[in-house]
Amino acid sequence: MQGFLLSIQSEFYKTRKTLAFLSAILLPLILCILITAGFYTHADKIMFLSAKMQWFRFTGAFLGVMGSLILPILIIFQTFSVNNIEHRAEMWKSLFSLPIPKWSIYSAKYVYVVFLNALCLALFASFIIVSGYLLNVLNPELKFNQFDISGILFKLHLKLFLASLGILSIQFLFSLLWADFLKPMGIGFVLTVFGIITANLGWKYAFTIPYTHPMLALQSMMKQVLNNKNEQMEFDLMSQEIYVSFIVAAITFIIGYFVINKRSIR
Amino acid sequence: MKPELIIETRNLSYQFGNQLVLDRVSLNVREGSIYGFLGPNGAGKTTTIKVLLNLLQAEKGKVFLFGKDLNKNRIEILSGIGSLIEQPAIYSHLSGRENLLNRALLLQVHSVKVHEMLDLVNLTEHADKKAGQYSLGMKQRLGIALALLHDPKLLILDEPTNGLDPNGIIEIRQLIRKLVQERAKTVFISSHLLTEVEKMVTHIGIINRGKLLFQGTIEELHNVSKKNLEIQTNDLVRSRELLCKNGYQAEILSDLILIPYLSENQSAEINSLLVKHDHRVYSLTISKQNLENLFLSITQI
Repeated sequence: MQGFLLSIQSEFYKTRKTLAFLSAILLPLILCILITAGFYTHADKIMFLSAKMQWFRFTGAFLGVMGSLILPILIIFQTFSVNNIEHRAEMWKSLFSLPIPKWSIYSAKYVYVVFLNALCLALFASFIIVSGYLLNVLNPELKFNQFDISGILFKLHLKLFLASLGILSIQFLFSLLWADFLKPMGIGFVLTVFGIITANLGWKYAFTIPYTHPMLALQSMMKQVLNNKNEQMEFDLMSQEIYVSFIVAAITFIIGYFVINKRSIR
Repeated sequence: MKPELIIETRNLSYQFGNQLVLDRVSLNVREGSIYGFLGPNGAGKTTTIKVLLNLLQAEKGKVFLFGKDLNKNRIEILSGIGSLIEQPAIYSHLSGRENLLNRALLLQVHSVKVHEMLDLVNLTEHADKKAGQYSLGMKQRLGIALALLHDPKLLILDEPTNGLDPNGIIEIRQLIRKLVQERAKTVFISSHLLTEVEKMVTHIGIINRGKLLFQGTIEELHNVSKKNLEIQTNDLVRSRELLCKNGYQAEILSDLILIPYLSENQSAEINSLLVKHDHRVYSLTISKQNLENLFLSITQI
């Protein structure tokens, strides 16, 4: 366990100045600034809506692109960046000749990528809330301060996070297998587009494709919220795609360990 | 298991697919020695090192380090080893100091040791420069500093002088000598060039096509070398003819006649023969085969 914790610290130390880590902070920040600026300049278009609907529009602007494209692409980039540090330095054999259990090194790296994804999504939720209140300060006619969306928003991002674990594990495995960016990026991108198409078409078995899970999670959430007769924004955290995402993540994590155990040494 | 042996392999064999990379290799590396592990490229040196570091699992044979079975005591054994395999594994986006601090964090070594190591490998001045901007020699020295950080008893270096210029080779050689003399380390160093390591090693192992062809001290290596009698006369051609007529295997090499050395009596007889036939003998000396030639002749078997 100590080896695992030390490896996690080491992951943070060596990636703290790289885009792998900075992207988890910068992406939500930049996206929030851009969308907030857009809403500020076009505030008149949502002014007439209720507080809840204003939040709905505002968060919808993020989630539309997040669930389908940005989140999978960000995961592809982060998993690649974290593993590429070792590929580039030809570090695997050096790491595995240290007096630290191999599984500690591998699982710490995996957990670190999961942490980066969680951090990114948590920051997204936080920045959206802060941006909403900031818009209200800048334009007092807006009603963001009249409805508390924080609980729903964090729950929604937690659902997105859980739904993205399958993609994360697959991309983590790809980036272990291939040192060059094009392969994991290319395959990941094609699978993401495939996922978008199948999810949008409402294919019966779309839930079996991990790359559809964030989209399906958003769709199931929307479905539940819109069907709520009491107009409450309530939805279930756990749904079919989340369970499949867990299973894919667990299986791929185990396969990845065997892959790295064999590949690193030649 | 002899207690003074830091590394002992018993009939170690390893196969990549159908190719037998290591064939019953039995290494014996004594404590406090600098063991030069020599062989041409592809001889099995790096594979042996990877087996010693448990990066590859030997299919047959046993590996003991510090008297303990590697497969049963992996973590304990690795905590006593510092290694540099092929090219130094260095994070190029971090500085030399940060590379060492990261390793110190992983191995729970106090950061004071980082400064000590930088000083030892003469990198203090460049410690805050990105490692990606280091020269190859500086990278190798940083790699050695990384390997030494946790104060291991055994240092395993795989071709640490590969690609270095003569100055770089001398620096690494001096550093290794210093480590053994001042810090009582045992060093296992691989190379494909005997000349690069013969000036610093105490023991040598020669491997080719996965087989250990020689193992022993430098003196023992000298002893297996064939001796020649070198003769200088006023007329090498005539002297050679005379010697050949009398049943000696004489050859002219540059300004010398070479005859396989047998005994002192034989040397005296050759001298008498030449003098009796009015050849002026300038010198008669016993020579040993050059170590490099010997290494080549061993590995070409």
